[in-house]
Amino acid sequence: MSSDPAGIGNADLLNLLAQGLGSGAIKVVDLTHTLSPDFPVIVLPPEFGQCQPFRMEEVSRYDHRGPGWYWNNISMSEHAGTHFDAPAHWISGRNVPNGTVDNVAPEALIGPAVVLDFSKESQADADFVMTRAHIEAWETRHGPIPPRAWVLMRTDWSKLVGTPAYVGMTADGAHSPGPDAGAIEFLIQERDITGFGTETVGTDSGQGSHLSPPYPAHYILHGHGKFGLQCLANLDQLPATGAVIIAPPLKIRQGSGSPLRVLALVP
Amino acid sequence: MTTPLQPPPKKDPQIPTRPPQLPPIPRSRAALAMSAAAAKGQFALQTCRDCGAVCYPPRDGCPKCLSTRLRFQPVAAGGELIAETTVQASTDLYFRERLPWRVGTVTLDCGPSVMAHVHADLTTPSRVTMAMKLDKGGNAVLFALPEKVTDHMEDDPQYRELNASPKHRRVLVTDGRSGVGQAVVQALLDAGAATVFVGIADPWKPFAGAADLGGDPRIEVMTLDVTDTTSVKELAGEIGGKTDILVNTADHVRPGGILSRSDIVTSRDEFEVNVFGLQRLAQAFGPLMRARGADGANSAVAFVDILPIHALSNWHAFGAHSASAAARHSVLQCLRGEMRAGGVRVLSVFTGPVDDDWRQTVEPPKLAPTAIAKAVVAALQGGIEDYYVGDIAKDVLEKWLDNPKVLEREQQA
Amino acid sequence: MTLRPAGRRQGYDKVVVAVPVTVPYKRYAIEPAHWWVAEALRALVAEAGIEGSDLDGLSVSSFTLAPDTAVGLTQHFGLSPRWLDSIPMGGASAVVALRRAARAVQTGDARLIACVGADTNHVDSFRRLLSSFSRFAQDASYPYGYGGPNASFALLTDYYMRRYDARREDFGKLCVAQRQNALTYPHAIFKKPLTLDDYMGARPISEPIRLFDCVMPVAGAEAFLVTTEDVAKDLGLAHARLLSAIERHNAFPDDPVQMRGGWALDIDELWGMAGLDPERIDLVETYDDYPVIVTMQFEDLGFCKKGEGPDFIRSHSFTNDGSFPNNTSGGQLSAGQAGAAGGYLGMVEAIRQVTGQSLAKPVANAHRALVSGFGMVNFDRGLCSGAAILEGVAP
Repeated sequence: MSSDPAGIGNADLLNLLAQGLGSGAIKVVDLTHTLSPDFPVIVLPPEFGQCQPFRMEEVSRYDHRGPGWYWNNISMSEHAGTHFDAPAHWISGRNVPNGTVDNVAPEALIGPAVVLDFSKESQADADFVMTRAHIEAWETRHGPIPPRAWVLMRTDWSKLVGTPAYVGMTADGAHSPGPDAGAIEFLIQERDITGFGTETVGTDSGQGSHLSPPYPAHYILHGHGKFGLQCLANLDQLPATGAVIIAPPLKIRQGSGSPLRVLALVP
Repeated sequence: MTTPLQPPPKKDPQIPTRPPQLPPIPRSRAALAMSAAAAKGQFALQTCRDCGAVCYPPRDGCPKCLSTRLRFQPVAAGGELIAETTVQASTDLYFRERLPWRVGTVTLDCGPSVMAHVHADLTTPSRVTMAMKLDKGGNAVLFALPEKVTDHMEDDPQYRELNASPKHRRVLVTDGRSGVGQAVVQALLDAGAATVFVGIADPWKPFAGAADLGGDPRIEVMTLDVTDTTSVKELAGEIGGKTDILVNTADHVRPGGILSRSDIVTSRDEFEVNVFGLQRLAQAFGPLMRARGADGANSAVAFVDILPIHALSNWHAFGAHSASAAARHSVLQCLRGEMRAGGVRVLSVFTGPVDDDWRQTVEPPKLAPTAIAKAVVAALQGGIEDYYVGDIAKDVLEKWLDNPKVLEREQQA
Repeated sequence: MTLRPAGRRQGYDKVVVAVPVTVPYKRYAIEPAHWWVAEALRALVAEAGIEGSDLDGLSVSSFTLAPDTAVGLTQHFGLSPRWLDSIPMGGASAVVALRRAARAVQTGDARLIACVGADTNHVDSFRRLLSSFSRFAQDASYPYGYGGPNASFALLTDYYMRRYDARREDFGKLCVAQRQNALTYPHAIFKKPLTLDDYMGARPISEPIRLFDCVMPVAGAEAFLVTTEDVAKDLGLAHARLLSAIERHNAFPDDPVQMRGGWALDIDELWGMAGLDPERIDLVETYDDYPVIVTMQFEDLGFCKKGEGPDFIRSHSFTNDGSFPNNTSGGQLSAGQAGAAGGYLGMVEAIRQVTGQSLAKPVANAHRALVSGFGMVNFDRGLCSGAAILEGVAP
């Protein structure tokens, strides 16, 4: 028998959840963008292998190719659209046990979510960098981040999808907000988060290669066996605390990540 | 004197589009070799290797010495127009729709007396320069032209049928992100195109030359990603019915051969753009263009693809790219036959290495994008099916025709 | 080693032609060519007073027999000839068929040979015939406007007019005269007179060729018997002797435009074998696919010099009562061209005129006729030519 902190009874906990969902007391918010061919993906220097955008080829549509059915073949990078990064995705995480999507602990994929709203700062500065100080200031208003939480950095960047500003590519690289090394270290070492999520194409900022270490979110998160979520939407519909996030990636053999459906349960 | 061609009026939506007809198609095998010469823009006739006589029509035995060793060689293109007639009645649907049609008898300087199409600016008798053109059915025909270029010579309706001039036509250039694409856009405008639609993939990614594309009011920038079936279909849905010429400038090129790479990921990108992209464009735009092959002065006339000469024989330095080019070439051959029913030509513009970022380590000679753009326009204006741009392309062609296996060794050295 | 010079040709002693047959023409027919051949053969045997089985030789010329050839017709009509020929030479067919049959009856290879030219004409026959006429036409003529023979002969006419100062009025005079002759011939397809104004102002087909320069394709058949004089006499048949005959193919291949036909190479033999000169001829049946070719025949058969055709036309009259009776039943231009039977029209009419059996207005004192054949525009010129001189035998 598992522990029973609320003294309700485990079966009743789930019943309450089901009832809450049925009555609307608990809302389901979809944090996922639609996977489509024109959804932008991260751009790497041309001499490297690129992130293949989502592509769809219709196989039949109630026609001579298949009279009674409609289906498509799809192809994409593991890191296209709203997607999950596993520890094996980064060099720092190459030796983390259970570091690929097929063997991450399933219980880690459902957990409490906190939303750090830096949308105003990001609107003012596309290169906004979230630091430890920013997080501590948030905690003075909302309380400490609970353990094993998913920390979601809200920037309202998802509203820019479909415009050049979403990736913000210019002659000196991409421009979008993200964390620095200190912020991520703090979240891992002192708050024991499960994963970190953003609305942009990467957990790191657009100019992340110039921080130390380069791409600190990827480097530090995955080096510690933590997960990343990218291209999230509708974070503005979540409370700062109290939501539960459900984020299971596809179970791809030795996969480094995958597109996924991210849902939030909101009281 | 030829009347200059006026920009055509807007299409009357109440009148059904005229279905394309073709001139007579069947030809003997010997005559097909003439079409092969015309495809390159050459004026070539059979010459007897034993007695040197030039003979026409194409045949299997020399009329002077009975030798069967007849070979097509370029011959002098001068002649004298000695008789003419204007056909005003024909049982053939193609010509019936295009009457009156002027033909004549020309005695060629190289010997034979031939029946030929006659340019409107010629009187009888007069000296002429002969051209060997591909008609709408893809077969070679002889055309008598004035010895000196006359004003608006290309606007003679009979002559325009045998070319794919961009003048007054609406052209889609599929990839305007590259230097070649932008040079092609400019060259088409200079050649009198009415509109140039420029395809740009991922418009949120900046690229050099973007500002210039905003300059000319005849340019319309459209979103187009040839690796995305939906993108291609949607653009065809929008402008396919007014695409008279399509020039596919898309090319994904990276260095490397087969063993010099350790995965197929980049090859897949090359095939996705260079082969499947071409197929998507063909499937989305082809049927619409084919249906408009006889649709007035700005009828659909040509589907052009720019591809490396190494389509003919793999070059190790760009071995994987060459493989995609070979497949691209084969797709074009198939498409050429399929588009023929609409009288729409499929033109292959073969280039040597282009002077761009990915060929930075390739030794000269390399082709400037403007040279390629000029070639595209020349291929269209001449109705030339296989156009070879620059010294490398011509050199590789000559070697390939001479002995393809020797060329294979040279290209893999 | 050298080739000895060609010897003198053997004459056509004892060879006669008889029983001129015309199966009346129709503009369009649903019957196939076989039906027209059958009608011609039936008339031949009936008028000759023989049975079909008496025919031991058959020569057929037709463009529309496919998928049959002459061979299929033997079983089709229940004939068992010991001599069978096919002459695919268009307007030269009758002359050439006669040349072949003549040698067969002379040597005894056959005794009674039926020579038939027959073609049907369905509504799409002309277009179909054109589309598969010859390899050179396919490769080098049809792609240029698909004007058919009209365009090829328009070029020829254009060249001839420029070179020899011929005018359309000259050609018109020939056509008008032939129409006059046709009005006396019951089987002519055209029944209305033709004036020079009609000719000059007619619808252009391929300038300078206009409507009345062109024959009208029809369905029909023409035929005659070839045999020896003694057989003809046994059967009591009016007949004509064959005095001479020539044929030539692809003559003058280096002429850039056809200005002369093969006759020009062999006319000495034509007149020499017959022992005649041109003034002794009472009527000519020239092959008239186009009036320019008629003009060329006047020159190339020796009635005037090359280039003098226009003057010759201007100084003669060509009706059956004129100074130079030509195409006395109207020719193809007025009687109609029944395919390969067009090559037979002149031969059959000549036999009628010189044997006193004319259906058209008879030429007075007609004893000797020259029949000329021409045809098979392979690409830009007619390749086949032939001529024969007939002499009617007084009854």
